[in-house]
Amino acid sequence: MHKAKVYALQVVLAGSLAQNKARSVLSVLAIALGVALGYAVQLITGAAVNELALGVQFLSGDADLQVRGPRSGFDEAIYPKLARLREVAAASPVVELDAKLADRSDTLKIIGIDVFRAAAVQPGLVADSADRLDHLRSDTLFVSPAAARSLGVDVGGSLSFQVALRAVTLRVAGLATADAHQRFAVTDIAGAQENFDRLGRITRVDLRLKAGVDVDAFRDRLQAELPAGLAVQRPEAGVKASESLSRSYRVNLNILALVALFTGGLLVFSTQALAVVRRRAQFALLRVLGVTRRQLVMWLMAEGALVGIAGSTLGLAGGFFLAQAAVRIIGADFGAGYFRDLAPTLTPAPLPLALFFFLGVVIAMLGSLAPALEAARAPPAPALKAGDDERAFARLRPSWPGLVTIAAGAIASFAPPIAGLPLFGYGAIALLLIGTLMLMPRLAVLMLSIVPTPRGAPSRLALLQLRGAPGQAAVSLAAIVASVSLMVSMAIMVASFRISLDAWLERVLPADVYVRASAAGDTAYMTVDDQARIAALPGVRRAEFLREQQLLLDPSRPRVVLLARTIDAANLTRQLQLVSAQMTPAPGAPPPVWVNEAMVDLYGFVLGSVVEIPIAGKPTAFTVAGVWRDYARPQGAIAIERERYIALTGDRSATNAALWLAPGAAVEQVSRAIDSDIPGGSRLEIAAPGEIREFSLKAFDRTFAVTYALELAAVVIGLFGLSSSFGALVLARRREFGMLRHIGMTRRQIGAMLATEGATVTGIGLVAGFGLGWLISLVLVQVVNRQSFHWGMELSVPWAPLTGSALLVLALSTITALASGRHAMSARAVLAVKEDW
Amino acid sequence: MRRRRFLASPILLLATAALAADDYPPVVAGHAMRFPGDAGAHPAFRSEWWYITGWVHDADSKSFGVQVTFFRNRPRVAETNPSAFAPRQLLFAHAAIADPRYGKLRHDQRAARAGFGLAGAREETTDVWIDDWSLELVDDSYVAKIAARDFQFDLRFSSTQAVLPQGQQGFSRKGELPANASYYYSQPQLAVSGSVAVDGKGADVSGTAWLDHEWSSEAMAAEASGWDWTGINLNDGGALMAFRMRSHSGSALWAGGTFRGPGAASRSFEPREIRFTPHRRWRSPRTGVEYPVAMLVNLGSEEYTLEPLMNDQELDSRATTGTVYWEGAVQAFRGDREVGRGYLELTGYGKPLKL
Repeated sequence: MHKAKVYALQVVLAGSLAQNKARSVLSVLAIALGVALGYAVQLITGAAVNELALGVQFLSGDADLQVRGPRSGFDEAIYPKLARLREVAAASPVVELDAKLADRSDTLKIIGIDVFRAAAVQPGLVADSADRLDHLRSDTLFVSPAAARSLGVDVGGSLSFQVALRAVTLRVAGLATADAHQRFAVTDIAGAQENFDRLGRITRVDLRLKAGVDVDAFRDRLQAELPAGLAVQRPEAGVKASESLSRSYRVNLNILALVALFTGGLLVFSTQALAVVRRRAQFALLRVLGVTRRQLVMWLMAEGALVGIAGSTLGLAGGFFLAQAAVRIIGADFGAGYFRDLAPTLTPAPLPLALFFFLGVVIAMLGSLAPALEAARAPPAPALKAGDDERAFARLRPSWPGLVTIAAGAIASFAPPIAGLPLFGYGAIALLLIGTLMLMPRLAVLMLSIVPTPRGAPSRLALLQLRGAPGQAAVSLAAIVASVSLMVSMAIMVASFRISLDAWLERVLPADVYVRASAAGDTAYMTVDDQARIAALPGVRRAEFLREQQLLLDPSRPRVVLLARTIDAANLTRQLQLVSAQMTPAPGAPPPVWVNEAMVDLYGFVLGSVVEIPIAGKPTAFTVAGVWRDYARPQGAIAIERERYIALTGDRSATNAALWLAPGAAVEQVSRAIDSDIPGGSRLEIAAPGEIREFSLKAFDRTFAVTYALELAAVVIGLFGLSSSFGALVLARRREFGMLRHIGMTRRQIGAMLATEGATVTGIGLVAGFGLGWLISLVLVQVVNRQSFHWGMELSVPWAPLTGSALLVLALSTITALASGRHAMSARAVLAVKEDW
Repeated sequence: MRRRRFLASPILLLATAALAADDYPPVVAGHAMRFPGDAGAHPAFRSEWWYITGWVHDADSKSFGVQVTFFRNRPRVAETNPSAFAPRQLLFAHAAIADPRYGKLRHDQRAARAGFGLAGAREETTDVWIDDWSLELVDDSYVAKIAARDFQFDLRFSSTQAVLPQGQQGFSRKGELPANASYYYSQPQLAVSGSVAVDGKGADVSGTAWLDHEWSSEAMAAEASGWDWTGINLNDGGALMAFRMRSHSGSALWAGGTFRGPGAASRSFEPREIRFTPHRRWRSPRTGVEYPVAMLVNLGSEEYTLEPLMNDQELDSRATTGTVYWEGAVQAFRGDREVGRGYLELTGYGKPLKL
């Protein structure tokens, strides 16, 4: 009795945390990793978005409303009309564009203002200057400090921009006052129009209204009077629109980080569950000594909370440093290209800090909840005896909750997106995962009954042991199934995407050479003369030109892309990867346009429908004649015949060209000819389809690099959980090993038994994990990706890497089982058996 | 958020004239003024203003000063830019009320580039506007409509006398160099009618005002740091104008003046016949700048004492243009007898007028 008392005290005072340092540390680390990843992702994307919002706020100043339209601008005649409206106190016209820097690959945002008008609406844009006339000169600009830093230019220096294929050089007259970290330059609106070929056009009018005017009522009235393609919105709407471009990506990253946290919770669960089993007798003793069930539950939950607090604290610190390193090394958008002009500062805000701390603690406590309840529920008397461990997991066995959960997941996967986000899709994945984990003990029994009983004594023993006590393996199984299914589903999704992308790239790049005016920005293009010269180059058999524009269809969304290109309706499938039937508008019906999948999802441009598209300020009716696959423009894209576009707009310029070469002509030869024969031709970007494909796939891999990293984290945490549960399981069975040794089994045989058990459990986990992973990948491809990015893809399973990973997991778990066994058997057999009595 | 306005004051415009002026037309003697053409804008010249100052009183017979000024400036930038926004012509406007009951000036300002019909200055006759601020010559009356932040003018300034050309038939020298000159005429004894609203409360007013219309390319000499100017409507129907250009040391560089008795021909004074002597000084509590707000003005054998309607008529535009000057309603006395009312302008007392 004396011994028991000491024991009890020990339990109460030190708890299993101290007793089981290694595993507790592992749990803390798992929670820390999940919290760190989640917090880092939140910190970075949050900072970038916040910066974006601040930037828009700063650039729009005191404007109550903004009138916006196509990216290329609209007729400036609308400006005096707006300025004269009775309700308008001040109207500030703006020409905003991304100008391609002549000697660099990037762009700089140019904001052309009328300094007198801006002073009344966006005073922040009016810089201090030594010579006030520099605000009016057409050849000067004021750069923001962030731009000056990143471009390495000082006041008095100059910047060259590519306009069409020419270079335009402007003098840096001063620094724009900037409270934001955005890269931009301010110049006179007349200069912006002249220098960047925007004569007669403006891109925005910012309005400050007179005091007492009802902003929303006035906006509604004004909207009704604006020409087609123009929208009047509060400036915040612009923030939302630019935010929405990256939102799906950000949310997906956040979810992945949460998955890492979830697997961390699972690890806590497996550690605690087995610790509870192992300490069953101790808890029973405590109960006998007068500890109530409630106290026991509280105590065990407190242990979980302790793990959570330690993990969260560590994770938040780690997440902050991780975020800093990530921003420095790969940029605020993890290389996805969403926040190119931003250099955000990371400031830990109290709310996200508290949120992630709380998340970590709650998940750790949830992980402890089931084991704690289980421990409290056990009647003390039988629990004091040996061999009762198995009862611990009896409660996890009823199968209907698991089935219901899986069914709910299946139903959720059919639900539409919420606010453009696949929330039900994520919910479906969570439900499928949880449901499967709930069903796992049942499935394990089922699968074990199918496996034939082997001959050899150790293996036979192993299988019989598992069949007899499948509940014990359930915890290990949960860890395996969770991590394997996540790994498999992500692998299938990424592979499907990459293969579909590759196929798509092959399809959309049929020509021999591709030429574009510039990689980025609004200012570079090919004039009619340039186009004629390119088409007439020796070696060029055929040339097709494309004009890319951006139209504002819905002010709360990013602009959609209008592609005016040569379209051969008879051979359409050679140019666009159609995912719909191809139709010809009926005689008398509006002319055809072809839209990408995003247009169908976002704007309801379904096949055969008649849609209105504002082109050159006029609403024009079109028939949707086909839907094509497009991995490049998730904001939506519309293809229109170039001749029709020219007839509507008079715009004959082109941004891209596709060249087919004459037999025997080489890409290099044409490329050299463009350099030497076309004025400014060296500014054109020339690429063979292979290079574009390579580049695109590289960009794809870069974007998914973070995905891979998060996925890896989830798998690693899952494997920790596996080793943890195996180790504990084996420890809990020391008495059994002692007994086996007593009846004559060698250590080697026990080792073989354990290895077989490990391999069998892992095998079952792999089978279930692959099945579940495949199901989840279906949801990822058909629901999450479709709703997030509005593109479809063909499902493909990367068998080779998956098989490799499966074998690796199998080997690792077998080794883990063996190692745990060796550790367990190092105790003397006699002592192990004695422990019971 | 800090609100920064981009405006120029009259001083600033004149000071610009100290810079190179190759392409601006020269101001030369012997130019015959023709109306209404010369009442309109002269866009080729660097700077130009229509400057109305007057004394009015409301039904309570309380007197206060009103000022409406439109400036036009040709900055000679972006002149070849085909854009409709090209800032070939700039327009600025100031408006102020000098009411002793308020104790300091109420003033507001506008600035814009000409274009899109939102701001401009016609060449045919006086017709200059920025948004809802305008000054237009209709028949023989200047109609001023000003919608300022806390006051509104709807005023008519009707001619009662012939135009008064300044200097030699409108050629007004400002310095030793013949190039330092402006075309300059005045319209004294304008009869004021209309309404002035302050803080939403309107009142019908009447009174007497003075208009200066002056255009030039290189009026201010390089060594000038500011000027003193006054224009007085004499109670007997006469008019007097006097100015002096000051050097950095405060000494007079140049001076000019005109006197026209009721029904008589006008007489121009030589620089040596004109003297400005500070009589009383006032230091602005806001800017610390000291102005000679009461002035003795000698014009030939006559001496006038100018006493301000109130001391604080400082127009502080440091936050916007960096210039501070004093533009105030004054009474003219000979001995103890009030003989007329008008305005006094004191520039360049804070710091030399330089861009």
